[in-house]
Amino acid sequence: MLIDILSGIFLAGGAFFCLVGGIGLIRMPDFYTRMHAASVTETLGAGLMLVGMMLHAGLTLVTAKLILIGLLIFLASPASSHALAKSALMSGLKPLLGATPSDDEVPPSKP
Amino acid sequence: MIRSLVSAVALFSFWLLLSGMFVPFLLAAGFGCAIAIKLFSKRLSAIAEESDVLELNWGKFIVYCPWLVEEIIVAAWDVSKRILSPRLPISPALVEFVPSQKTDVGLVIHANSITLTPGTISVEAEHGRFLVHALTEGGAKSLAGSEMDRRCAELEEV
Repeated sequence: MLIDILSGIFLAGGAFFCLVGGIGLIRMPDFYTRMHAASVTETLGAGLMLVGMMLHAGLTLVTAKLILIGLLIFLASPASSHALAKSALMSGLKPLLGATPSDDEVPPSKP
Repeated sequence: MIRSLVSAVALFSFWLLLSGMFVPFLLAAGFGCAIAIKLFSKRLSAIAEESDVLELNWGKFIVYCPWLVEEIIVAAWDVSKRILSPRLPISPALVEFVPSQKTDVGLVIHANSITLTPGTISVEAEHGRFLVHALTEGGAKSLAGSEMDRRCAELEEV
């Protein structure tokens, strides 16, 4: 019973951070900053959900597999993020630097 | 010889973990597959033996993992607050600095840890030069000579 509640809390927390990552993906201004938003989903979002599922499964083979999935995510996701960011920079995509101007400060586009 | 034995055993336990069925036929099939993969991967040995992954201070690594998880949680919470804040308080920065690790393993762990922490992504990682994209200028400034840098360098002291 207690385990069920605890696992529910972890799953809800994971879902919350996945949602936050999704919102960030839409709100962020350029490619690189969007990657930062996505990394919230793939670390805390996926991590909390895995912990929730492990609590639910108990000490079984399922938990062992979940740990393996967690290890895979934590080893593969930085490698793929790095490859993505590096290839974006090498193909000439310039990152937006400095504080982002709010909507009313954006210079009007040339006619 | 010992290394290929270790990796064959690791492959076989991986099979057992994924199958979860301990029938003689499946055990034999898993054993055969482990040996076959080991033999096939001999062709890749030129790549695999370039750097020795096992040369790592495992005691310090076990302490490092929970510390990194804590760092990730703190950073993810910070990035989440920025995402949900109506003003979107970000100041993206691209920063170059010199990591203090010398071995490939240390550099890889440091670069991966930077990427794994929300708010920073390692764009280029070479010996003596890291290029990192950070979500805030504060995050970019705290990278050179950080505690993460120090801890990753300690992992190399075998």
